[in-house]
Amino acid sequence: MTRISLTVDGQQVVDDVEPRMLLVQYLRERLGKTGTVIGCDTSNCGACTVHLDGRSVKSCNVLAVQADGSEVTTIEGLASNGQLHPVQEAFRECHGLQCGFCTPGMIMQSVDLLEENPDPTEQEIRLGLEGNLCRCTGYHNIVRSVQAAAKGATS
Amino acid sequence: MIPAPFSYVAPTSVDEALAALAEHGDDAKILAGGQSLLPVLRMRLNAPEWVIDLGRIDSLRGVRDAGDHLVIGAMTTHHDVLHDPLVAEHAALITAAATDLADAQVRHRGTFGGSLAHADPAGDLGAPVLALGASFVIAGPSGTRTVPGTEFFVDLFETAIGDDEILTEVHVPKHTGWGAHYEKFVRVAHQWPIVAVAAAVRVEGGTIEHARIGLTNMGSTPLRATAVEEALTGQPLTADAVRAAAQHAADGANPPSDLNGDASYRSHLACVLTARAVLAAGGADG
Repeated sequence: MTRISLTVDGQQVVDDVEPRMLLVQYLRERLGKTGTVIGCDTSNCGACTVHLDGRSVKSCNVLAVQADGSEVTTIEGLASNGQLHPVQEAFRECHGLQCGFCTPGMIMQSVDLLEENPDPTEQEIRLGLEGNLCRCTGYHNIVRSVQAAAKGATS
Repeated sequence: MIPAPFSYVAPTSVDEALAALAEHGDDAKILAGGQSLLPVLRMRLNAPEWVIDLGRIDSLRGVRDAGDHLVIGAMTTHHDVLHDPLVAEHAALITAAATDLADAQVRHRGTFGGSLAHADPAGDLGAPVLALGASFVIAGPSGTRTVPGTEFFVDLFETAIGDDEILTEVHVPKHTGWGAHYEKFVRVAHQWPIVAVAAAVRVEGGTIEHARIGLTNMGSTPLRATAVEEALTGQPLTADAVRAAAQHAADGANPPSDLNGDASYRSHLACVLTARAVLAAGGADG
């Protein structure tokens, strides 16, 4: 067991974990943060995307011990004071989801994308989301959601 | 899937990491960014007893100017390489390849040295690094040694790094003012290339004065394509001349055959992609 200490969605946590435990397992099974989902289990689909020290990562491809000392934000930490994050709001308004399984990862990656590039072109959005798969193939409305969120932020 | 159990150590200096390697030797794997190693561990294609995590060694991160070359720390992430102004100015071919490498999440974690040490012939960094004549600094129990690019890649997933050694830096000679382009042929987004071509050219008055060409996934290692470099040198930067010279792109290569394409298809692709890459690098329309 290895002792880890990190901040998850604003809360300080300290735990003993097996070194082999994946960050996504830690979030879901230890902390109960099941908003972050496991999709492909092969680091392809991006459904498990969270922010680690402010940058998007696939949490099935990070060990919990690697996150020691870090700050993690999951989909459950985006809303504040009962107010959805603007990107969450945009996905709701534009119907940027069908079955909803890829949505936590799509939103977390979209937030990262907009932080780096607040006014992306459609092509930049599609490239920025290339590590996130929607098996309903609902990409058009996902892209529109990101465009709407960007517009809301810049207007 | 989760990895088989292992013991974990996260040293904070290269010396500590080397000591851990010396102690656990054959039973240990080095963890850099983990974007290739963790899938391998999860699928249980490998089950080391020890994992030595280099992620806490700050001295292995960053890019610095060393006069006639750049020094890229092995643990610098792809994202940091992609956005580094020194790399963009003096080794634009690496910036071009990093742009297309995997996806944003992987670029945030994956590292320059980790990718090169993994030595997947379909990885995007081997070809540009070879094309620019980079050398590799490897630390071991008896000090450091520098290995030229031509000797670094040995075979499929095999490099000159010994079991008791760690890749610490990559030295990339400056190619300031050179045109650069990475032309990658993929079947679906964020996948490994079926074939890709890294091209850097120096054009004077419409003539190709120098050309540096690297090939991705055209053999068991990344390749420097010297035959086509010679064929391109002295040619005018026109579509016809470049396409004719690019017919030498696959000379001496031994590309694999798989479900994405057979060897002859890959050789054909190498020629077509080389012409596109050179014309784009030179700023000409293909």
